Amino acid sequence: MTTRIPDAGMLNARPFNVRLFNAGTLPLVATLAIFALAYAVCVVQFPAMLSTRVAANLLTDNAFLGIVAVGMTFVILSGGIDLSVGSVIAFTGVLLAVLIGRAGVHPLVAFALALAVATAGGAVMGAMIHHLEMPPFIVTLAGMFLARGMAFVLTTDSLPVEHAFYATLQQLYWRLPGGGRLTLIAGVMVAVTVAGIILAHRTRFGANVYALGGNRTSAALMGVPVGATTIAVYALSGFTAGLAGIVFSLYTSAGYPLAAVGVELDAIAAVVIGGTLLTGGAGFVAGTFVGVLMQGLIQTYIVFDGTLSSWWTKIVIGALLFGFIVQQRALVWLSARRPSAGSAT
Amino acid sequence: MAHPSPLLEARGLGKSFLGQTALDGVDFTLRAGEVHALLGENGAGKSTLVKVLTGVHRRDAGTILMDGAEVAPHDTAGAQALGIGTVYQEVNLLPNLSVAENIFLGRQPRRFGLVDRRAMERNTRTLLAGYGLAIDVAAPLGRFSVAVQQIVAIARAVDLSGRVLILDEPTASLDRQEVETLFAVVRRLKARGLGIIFITHFLDQVFALADRVTVLRNGRRIDTVAVADTDPMAIVQMMLGRDLEEVESGPGRPAAAAGAAPAIAFEGYGRRRSVEPFDLAIRPGEVIGIAGLLGSGRTETARLLFGLDAADSGTVRIDGRSVRIASPRHAVALGFGYCPEDRKTDGIVGDLSVRENIVLALQARRGWLRPLSRAEQAELADRFVAALDIRTTDIEKPVKLLSGGNQQKAVLARWLATEPRFLILDEPTRGIDVGAHAEIIRLINRLCDGGMSLVVISSEFDELVVCSSRIVVLRDRRHVGELAGGALTATAIMRTIAAGGADDRTEAA
Repeated sequence: MTTRIPDAGMLNARPFNVRLFNAGTLPLVATLAIFALAYAVCVVQFPAMLSTRVAANLLTDNAFLGIVAVGMTFVILSGGIDLSVGSVIAFTGVLLAVLIGRAGVHPLVAFALALAVATAGGAVMGAMIHHLEMPPFIVTLAGMFLARGMAFVLTTDSLPVEHAFYATLQQLYWRLPGGGRLTLIAGVMVAVTVAGIILAHRTRFGANVYALGGNRTSAALMGVPVGATTIAVYALSGFTAGLAGIVFSLYTSAGYPLAAVGVELDAIAAVVIGGTLLTGGAGFVAGTFVGVLMQGLIQTYIVFDGTLSSWWTKIVIGALLFGFIVQQRALVWLSARRPSAGSAT
Repeated sequence: MAHPSPLLEARGLGKSFLGQTALDGVDFTLRAGEVHALLGENGAGKSTLVKVLTGVHRRDAGTILMDGAEVAPHDTAGAQALGIGTVYQEVNLLPNLSVAENIFLGRQPRRFGLVDRRAMERNTRTLLAGYGLAIDVAAPLGRFSVAVQQIVAIARAVDLSGRVLILDEPTASLDRQEVETLFAVVRRLKARGLGIIFITHFLDQVFALADRVTVLRNGRRIDTVAVADTDPMAIVQMMLGRDLEEVESGPGRPAAAAGAAPAIAFEGYGRRRSVEPFDLAIRPGEVIGIAGLLGSGRTETARLLFGLDAADSGTVRIDGRSVRIASPRHAVALGFGYCPEDRKTDGIVGDLSVRENIVLALQARRGWLRPLSRAEQAELADRFVAALDIRTTDIEKPVKLLSGGNQQKAVLARWLATEPRFLILDEPTRGIDVGAHAEIIRLINRLCDGGMSLVVISSEFDELVVCSSRIVVLRDRRHVGELAGGALTATAIMRTIAAGGADDRTEAA
């Protein structure tokens, strides 16, 4: 045995860093592959599905879900959950209908008000979660009932929104090559997704969100403003829920207190299918976008097929979720196992 | 070094929690360019001192001076701004973020308002190069060994603060070679003029690294001495306030009569990719030590013996009858017990009380349909708290609030309550102080006098020599030798590991 002078360089040779199998990006790659495969299957069966028209409709029909899922991604990345978003969408829709239809407020002012209310509501829930140390599940469950109840206080019926400016907004689109129409709301969804990607990966706030989801205590010790970040995350989710409410209102031209029931669960499903770890700390906003499109694709397939019940969407989503949860467990298990195996070699 | 002016100075620091005094008029000075070791039993006030210095706890009395000017950090960030950085035993970084993000979290370089990843990664590479580390800084931190994570944590702390570095038991989970690497890093920082406070339980590390040492006991400073002017014995006496003869003396337990039939016999027991098949015969009242370097298969052996991992070869006989141990439940039913290495994650249930932690295993063995009454539980807990001298104000206190040594004793009590015939202790003295250490070794001896058999795993060979009747030596996941009687010395263990059973290596392969 020869004695060696200890130097950190000796540690560098350790075989921990295997980039071939990256537990971080694998879920995203898997989601993309499954989506591509599913789309290919659809196109083989119905060649008409390979058109910008179908693609644009996919975006338009799922715009509200895509927007709210971006906010949900941040919440889940931070290690939380937001059950209130579906109700906030409904509440925003009703609020807009009342403001525009009954009070005669200009839509733009109504939009600003609705966004402010939804964002403030999210911030309050975030503050409660942080300061009262309450589980996000309970706090946002309360928010869910509260928002839904408030929507019913405003009206129990479906209120139509009729306003010239609304009609203008609804008819705005950008013609894609091949005849597809990228509507305003689809554009908003894409813009929100892009903004979310930048926010998550290229800002200090984004890094703080990942830090919170990784380990709250460590994050606090490393100087992450835990309270402010938690509040900001739920405020952001409130904001995207409010924006989704506006988009949903433009999409349906009405405010209805029973709208968007269960959308929070669709959003969570999209986030998980998109490869974000439900325990927080790992995932991608881009994955969520694919998760939303996946749900839309299944619905489109059912429409094209014409004989299937629309409940097949739920069944396929359920199966996909199971698959992704198993995949996540496997990845967590593998990445937990590897360091111990490595240190022993 | 003619007494340069102190970099950090504390005068008459006092702190108490709910009427319990944790620090009592402690004076402490740290000079630039010195490594100052902080020693003391668990509960002596080391952690409290560090937390008061870094502003995590508010002090009740005393002053803190930095470069002679009074300062009052009120949180970690405030301490960092003053130049005081801390690295804790459990690396408090984020394994899910990249190495670069961990170093620059909260102060990422920005361009046009967005994080400039390239600049961040470039700066990280430059920074880590100063520590002799060339790794993929874009990879998640969790992908690297604890030693690398520890160095990254130090790099972050030094980069943030740059004047005082506090290392709170940084070597507890490192193997010997990694410790040397860490020491090289510390020496480098010392040469750069940082003042380093080094908290540890390993006396030899104090003598290898530190310039001065301050010993705390019961919240009071006993003395501060230059390492060159003292010796381990003097320091241990300061820490304990008494002699350590019970530990120092004793050539190990007498081996059980060779004729006695083994109560438990493992034959050809092994598991692929874990431990090569081995034979192990355990007689009543025997303490079998398991020695080996980190990663040599010590813990894997324990997991196999207790059924945590299923063996894929070999047989077990208990009192001559062949049995199967496929799960810990089987093992517990056979009267086995296991105190795991990592008590925080595998041992204690932190939020449950001391009482609940102690009755857990016994209740599990009785089955949930035959609950122990509250009175029985309290009686049991009181008995073990007294017997093992578990220091807690109350048996209803959550066990996570106890000090490390006392948590370890609570885990031990849990198994003792089941009156096991065979107990496996994995690193029973890791991370606990010398006093509790001696008590645990005394306890081991007492248990075995009562006819219980023990397997003790430890990386401290001296400790194994003191308490074992036989020692099995492991290397590279193989049982390479067995020492008993007069051959039982730390040197012999090291020689066995170094030889590594080289003679029979070829035939085994």
